[in-house]
Amino acid sequence: MPTSELENNRICCKFRQLVLENRPALICYVVAGYPTLKYTEEIVSTIVESGADIVEIGIPFSDPIADGPTIQQASTVALKNGTTPQKCLELVGAVREKFPRLPLLIMTYSNIVFRSGLEEFLRTSRLKGVDGFILPDLELTESYSYVNAASKLNMATVFLASPNTDASRLKKIMEVCSGFLYVVSVYGTTGSRAEYEDYTFQSIRRIKEITEGKIPIAVGFGISRPDQVTSLVNSGADAVIIGSAIIDRIAARHPNDKYKLVNLRAFVEQLREACLQTPISSENL
Amino acid sequence: MEAALGTEGGKFGKYGGKFIPETLVPAINELESAYTAFKDDPVFLKDLDYYLTKFAGRPTPLYYAKNLTEYAGGSRILLKREDLLHGGAHKTNNTIGQALLAKRMGKRRIIAETGAGQHGVGTAIACAALKLQCEIYMGSRDMVRQKSNVFRMRLLGAKVHEVNTGSKTLKDAINEALRDWISNVQDTYYLIGSVVGPHPYPTMVRDFQCVIGNEIRSQIHDYSPRSPDFIVACVGGGSNAMGSFYPFITDKATSLVGVEAGGKGLNSRQHCASLLAGSEGILHGMQTYILQDKYGQVSHTHSISAGLDYPGVGPEHAYLKDIDRVKYVDCTDELAVDAFVRLCKLEGIIPALESSHAVAYAMKLAKKGQKNQDIVVTLSGRGDKDLGIVSRYLQREREHK
Repeated sequence: MPTSELENNRICCKFRQLVLENRPALICYVVAGYPTLKYTEEIVSTIVESGADIVEIGIPFSDPIADGPTIQQASTVALKNGTTPQKCLELVGAVREKFPRLPLLIMTYSNIVFRSGLEEFLRTSRLKGVDGFILPDLELTESYSYVNAASKLNMATVFLASPNTDASRLKKIMEVCSGFLYVVSVYGTTGSRAEYEDYTFQSIRRIKEITEGKIPIAVGFGISRPDQVTSLVNSGADAVIIGSAIIDRIAARHPNDKYKLVNLRAFVEQLREACLQTPISSENL
Repeated sequence: MEAALGTEGGKFGKYGGKFIPETLVPAINELESAYTAFKDDPVFLKDLDYYLTKFAGRPTPLYYAKNLTEYAGGSRILLKREDLLHGGAHKTNNTIGQALLAKRMGKRRIIAETGAGQHGVGTAIACAALKLQCEIYMGSRDMVRQKSNVFRMRLLGAKVHEVNTGSKTLKDAINEALRDWISNVQDTYYLIGSVVGPHPYPTMVRDFQCVIGNEIRSQIHDYSPRSPDFIVACVGGGSNAMGSFYPFITDKATSLVGVEAGGKGLNSRQHCASLLAGSEGILHGMQTYILQDKYGQVSHTHSISAGLDYPGVGPEHAYLKDIDRVKYVDCTDELAVDAFVRLCKLEGIIPALESSHAVAYAMKLAKKGQKNQDIVVTLSGRGDKDLGIVSRYLQREREHK
C-alpha cells in the first residue's frame, strides 16, 4: 500500500519545506492549450515567477463533468486548437526544463489516461517531469491499478474529499492518496464563488481533524480573492488551489496579451501575499 | 442469474462500475442501498404495479402485424406495443419506478436529461402524478428537432433547461444534469433515462424495464406454444432493448438482436453505433463502448432519431456483445424512415423513429426467415414527435429526385 509521503517527490518535498516556513502552498491550475499551447507556457512562467508553489496542468477532455462553465469553455477552445494529451505532455516537458524544482501535476479525466494505456501514460508523464496526478472522476474502488502503477513510479495520486465524504470513507481515501488531499470546498463544480457558506469552513475543520496532519490538505473550487485564501487557511487548509479565476483573467476581453499577463501577475502576487501573511495551523507540525 | 451475468458490484464483466466525482459517491451509495431495500419490498412493488396498470395502462399488447408480415413475406412479425404506454414510450416504466423510489428516499426535487424528449415527458408525467418538482436538461439542438415534446414537458409542469455545450444533444444534457446533481446533491434525485451511468443505474433501469420482456414471455402464448425465435429492439442507451432481452437471456431458443443507429452509414462517421464502431472507454460514470478519437475525446454523433443520438451505450450491452449473447446490427437513417412510412401505411401505426430502426431490421429478418418463425419487435415509442422530421426528410428526398 502506498504511503502519503513519497521520498524525493517534488510535491512532498515542497510541503515539508512549507511546514518549516509555516505558510500554506499556493497551487495554480491552467488548461493546457488555452488559449493556445504556446501561450499556456507563458502563463505557467508568469504564474511561477509571481509566486505559485505548485502547478497543475489540465489536459482538456470533451466531457468535463466536474467543471463549471469557465473550465468547460477553456477546454472546448483548447480542443478546437488541436490540443492532444501528447502535446500537453510536451508542454510539461518544456515547463520542467525551465523550472527544474517546480512540483507539477496533471489533472484530467479517466478516459484520457486509460485511452493511452494507463502504464504507458504514467511512464511518459514521469519522463516529461510530472510529479503526480488528479483524476476527479476516478472513484476509490476503481482506482487500485492506477494507484499501484503511480506509486511504483514514485508519483503522487491526489484524491478528492467533499463536504459529504464521511470519516470512514475519508480514511480509506487516505490509504491511496499521496502528495496532498484535494478538499472540494463546496457542493458544486469548479468556478468562482462570491462567498462561501459556513459549511465550507466546518467541512475543512472536520477533514483536518480526521486526517490528523498525516497528509496536507489543499482546498479548491471557487477561490478568487485573497481574503478567501486567508479564511480557508485559518480554517485549516495547508494549501489553496486557484483555477477558474486564473482562466477568467486570460479570458478577459483585452486586445493586448501582454497586458493580460501583467494583470495575471498582479493577481497571483496578491494571492501569494495572502499565503505569506497567513500561518498554517500549529497541528500540522 | 444475476451472478451468472457478472453484476457483482455493478460490473458486467469488465464494464459498468462507478466513475464519478467524490461529491456524488455518498448519493450513489444512498441510492444503491435504497434500491436494494425497496426492490423486493411488497408495498413498493404494489405501488409500482398500481401506477403501471391504472395510470400508465400496462400491460401493453403484443400485436400480430399481419399486413407487415405479408409484405415481408416470411416469418411472422409481432409488435410489442410500448408506443401505447402512457407518455408514448417505454420510458414511463422507468420514470414511475424511480420517482416512487425518490419519494421513498424523501427527495422532492427530480432532475433528468432527455434526448428525444420522451424520457423528459415520462419524467414530467411521473413527477406530476407523484407531486414532485421536475427539471429537465435538454440539448438545444434536440429542443429544435423535438419541439412538441418541449411543449409537452412544460405543460406537464417541468422546467426545461436548454443545454448549449458540446454537441448540444443527449450527451451534453447528461453532463449538465450530472453537474446539477453535484451542486444539489443533498435534496435532488437524478432520474436517469436509460441503462447508462454509474452503478446502480444500469441495473435498476433494466429491472424497471424488464416488465416489457416479462409480458412478451407470457403474451407470446396467445400465438405460439414456443418462445419467440427473435426479439429485435433498437439500442441507443439501450433501455427498451435491455428490458425486452433480459428475461430471455438464459432462454437459448430466442435470438436477441439490438439495432444501433447507423445514421449515414458506419463509414461516414455520422452515426452512433457505439457497439459496432466504438471502443472501450469511460463516459458518464461507466466503462463501456464509446465513440471516441484516438486520444479519448468523445466523438460527435449523428442519427435522424434524437433518442439514439448518443456516443455511449449501457454497459450490460457491452458485456452481452462480448459474450456473443446478443447480436448487434445497424440500420441507417434512410432505412429507418422507410420502415416508419411502411408501418404507417401497412398497419396504421406511427412508430417513433427510434423504434423504426428495429422495425426495419425485423422486416429484413422476416424476409429471409421461415414462415413458422416468430419475430417480436419492441415498438418502443410512438412517432407523433417525429412527424416534422420525417416530413422534411421526405421533402428533401423528393427534391433530390
